[in-house]
Amino acid sequence: MANKQRLVVIGNGMAGARTVEEILTRGGGDLFDITMFGAEPWGNYNRIMLSHVLAGEESDADIFLNTIEWYTEHDITLHAGVRVTRVDRFAKVVFSDDGAQTAYDKLIFATGSHSFIPDIPGIKDRHGELRQGVFGFRTIEDTRAMLNYAAQHRRAVVLGGGLLGLEAAHGLARQGLDVTVVHSRATLMNQQLDAAGGDVLRGAIERLGITVLTECRTVGVIGGFREPVRGVKLQGHDDLETDMLVVTAGIRPETAVALTSGFTVSRAIVVDDTMRTVDDPDVFAVGECVQHRGEVYGLVAPLWEQAVVLADQITGAHPDATYTGTRTATKLKVAGLDVAAMGIQSPERPDDEQIVFSEPSRGVYKSIIVRDNKVIGATMLGDSRKAAFLTQAYDQGLPLPEERVSLMFDLGGPAEETSIAELSDGAQVCNCNGVDKGTIVSAVRDKGCTSVGQVMDLTRAGKGCGSCKGMVAQIVEWAAGDALTVDAAASYYVPGVPLDKASLMAAIRAQNLRSVSAVFAALAPEGKDDAKSKMGLASLLKMMWGADYVDERDARFINDRVHANIQKDGTFSVVPQMKGGVTSPDQLRRIADVADKYEVPLVKLTGGQRIDLLGVRKEDLPKMWADLDMPSGYAYGKSFRTVKTCVGKTFCRFGTNDSTQLGIDLETRYQGLESPAKMKLAVSGCPRNCAESYIKDVGIVAIEGGSWEIYIGGGAATEIRKGDLLATVDDEETVIRLVGRFMQYYRENANWLERSCKFVPRIGLEEIRAIIVDDRDGLAAGLDVRMQASVDAYVDPWLERREPRTPGQFESTLPLIPLPLVPIREPAHD
Amino acid sequence: MPETTAEAVCTLADLPTDQARVFLVDGEQVAVFRMRSGRLHAVQAVCPHRGGPIADGQADERVVICPLHQYAYDLETGACTNGEQPALRTWPVTTDAEGRVFVG
Repeated sequence: MANKQRLVVIGNGMAGARTVEEILTRGGGDLFDITMFGAEPWGNYNRIMLSHVLAGEESDADIFLNTIEWYTEHDITLHAGVRVTRVDRFAKVVFSDDGAQTAYDKLIFATGSHSFIPDIPGIKDRHGELRQGVFGFRTIEDTRAMLNYAAQHRRAVVLGGGLLGLEAAHGLARQGLDVTVVHSRATLMNQQLDAAGGDVLRGAIERLGITVLTECRTVGVIGGFREPVRGVKLQGHDDLETDMLVVTAGIRPETAVALTSGFTVSRAIVVDDTMRTVDDPDVFAVGECVQHRGEVYGLVAPLWEQAVVLADQITGAHPDATYTGTRTATKLKVAGLDVAAMGIQSPERPDDEQIVFSEPSRGVYKSIIVRDNKVIGATMLGDSRKAAFLTQAYDQGLPLPEERVSLMFDLGGPAEETSIAELSDGAQVCNCNGVDKGTIVSAVRDKGCTSVGQVMDLTRAGKGCGSCKGMVAQIVEWAAGDALTVDAAASYYVPGVPLDKASLMAAIRAQNLRSVSAVFAALAPEGKDDAKSKMGLASLLKMMWGADYVDERDARFINDRVHANIQKDGTFSVVPQMKGGVTSPDQLRRIADVADKYEVPLVKLTGGQRIDLLGVRKEDLPKMWADLDMPSGYAYGKSFRTVKTCVGKTFCRFGTNDSTQLGIDLETRYQGLESPAKMKLAVSGCPRNCAESYIKDVGIVAIEGGSWEIYIGGGAATEIRKGDLLATVDDEETVIRLVGRFMQYYRENANWLERSCKFVPRIGLEEIRAIIVDDRDGLAAGLDVRMQASVDAYVDPWLERREPRTPGQFESTLPLIPLPLVPIREPAHD
Repeated sequence: MPETTAEAVCTLADLPTDQARVFLVDGEQVAVFRMRSGRLHAVQAVCPHRGGPIADGQADERVVICPLHQYAYDLETGACTNGEQPALRTWPVTTDAEGRVFVG
């Protein structure tokens, strides 16, 4: 369309990008040529998620909301990494620090906030920059810098015990640092919590291993001229030594450009109910840089509401739209704890009623303030299940039940499903992305979504902090009813071949496909290969074809190419096989000699009762294997790993069976088997269970009378699950056969990377028992035969030392970097 | 680049299919990939994210995936395709009649 207006947006954070999205959904692409300026050199990301990145729970790539491609696709000119310095509102021109001038017809300030750095002596260097080791916590760059610094240091002090400070403390503690939070007020998160709630939160934070100092003012930062931070000086408390200092003393609206360009700025840029600046009807402002009716918001929910009104106004879609303020109700996770807060924190009038429940040992605290039979404030800590309903009651001033306690707990009241039905359409479900129940329901009923994944992609619900995912799924299930589907791609065995495991295996067999490249050529869309799919296919084909598999080395992950586990600096770890955890002085001597000869930086015992040599250069691997003269322990693959055992009846006065020998026999038979995910086993010689058999993929426990119990589907990694008792049998031979049969069934039916603790409950114990133990379907003999073929195809991969399989298999891939980068760690002595 | 004098780094037979080896070119570590289609690519050998060995990554006709944190990079342009990492540097690769491989 001709005569488009020029729209310039200063700020490319969550407010700026969200506002532009709202403008585009109102046909703004036809009305405006859009130009955006972002001071950060990339697309728009979810700032709320930075704490998850710091805690190592998300990668920084996963938190992007709009990638650079998004801007191109929508014909938006993005100046990323360019800072606007001044606006001439009479000439309608924006000046930026790259020397450019950009003319506009309409302008939006979305400049957000910056970290507030209090003026503490020593916190900055002579140039006004933060001293080395001192960080704000606001941007991806701050987060990356902290992660890098944390990797090389031990102690951190966080200044400020508000939401952001506790998130930073939690993240750094997860990175292994000793963390102290220094808070000047008496109550942690005093903006959201009253004193009693703050005490409960403090207990929960301290249980995470974080030290908390309250009512403690920081009066100085210790460190020499041009030196990194060494500590902080505190009022009324000893100095605190530290390697890094994170300043989370609040945020301040970023108003410098607006102020120097002649706009009205009080605490922030002043706007009216149409989101226009009070100075110029063609200039708008949105987000944390805005002051509206005296309020400045630092939360995400008001931003979504403002963006809608601004877009309605600027596009003319709804010229009457007004923003009248937000009643802020927050529901979020702090350091892994659920926190919901709304309205006031404690009673203000004599006849205000407060209902309190406190259970400090579990970290649970709930407080509700009632006035005139309406909720005017609530705090939920550690359990926010009722928060959605309280928020609704608070927002809409709903009359309350006689029994106030039912505001806090479901007391045999309506089931969750009924509660979902009762939730009003306007109830906000995803606070991070501002999605209400009505939007989710409409995605199902009007936009044709039939799965949770589709709804999440379309609405973004659940894509913020993730604490609402369960509720999003419930609403989708409720709205879709029988029409609910599971996302198709979620059933593919590997992403690059659109088939589930059973169909994929059938096609491979029917077309006699014996190599990964043959599978791509025959079964992938347009025959395209896919790097992400190679490893899963290689494992599957090896399992199916055994010795007849055509082994293409590029299909293997690096660990399986060089039979060792890659480490963070590009070195590898070497774990020799040590069946049942039994070794000998001769083996130990060889391991010690090898560790000396190859200057191994770290010798460590593994959880699977073996010895790990870490920090080994790739080119040393074949020589080390030769000197060790022991087989591979497979501590690197998606494969059968190890069998942990206790001493058993050989020495133990409680042992009823020879657990060590059974462990050795199991490993001898099933060593190195490739499988969809790793398999860790254990055998315990009595129900005292010293080998932890209940939490293994397959765990065996001897019981009185010489019998063995076989447990399957246990695990204690990302989640803890006790294994299910598959069978109790009388002799070792039957144990070995049933274990093999189960593992073969798992190899043939589990999804790629699906551990047994997910697989067993998915299939169901009764079903597995019927197939494996009772042979209901006549499958047992076939499983046994195919397992035997895999056992027969075993070759110790460390024999490849004699003849490398590809040119340069054991050659350095970082020849200029002297490895290992990780320094030698000596054992602690005291 | 000021200098364009190419030097032979290896022969085709030295390069395993769909994998890479690393050579020093003007003091830079360069990962040279030979794909199943016959195409050759030369990219920076060190991942800009955390220094991972790109040549140890799994590759297809479009991308290579760093083995440490699974960032993927376009083999042609060097651009990161699943995140906001800086692009890998790339070099032109050619071969002559004897199968010698030249970078730069």
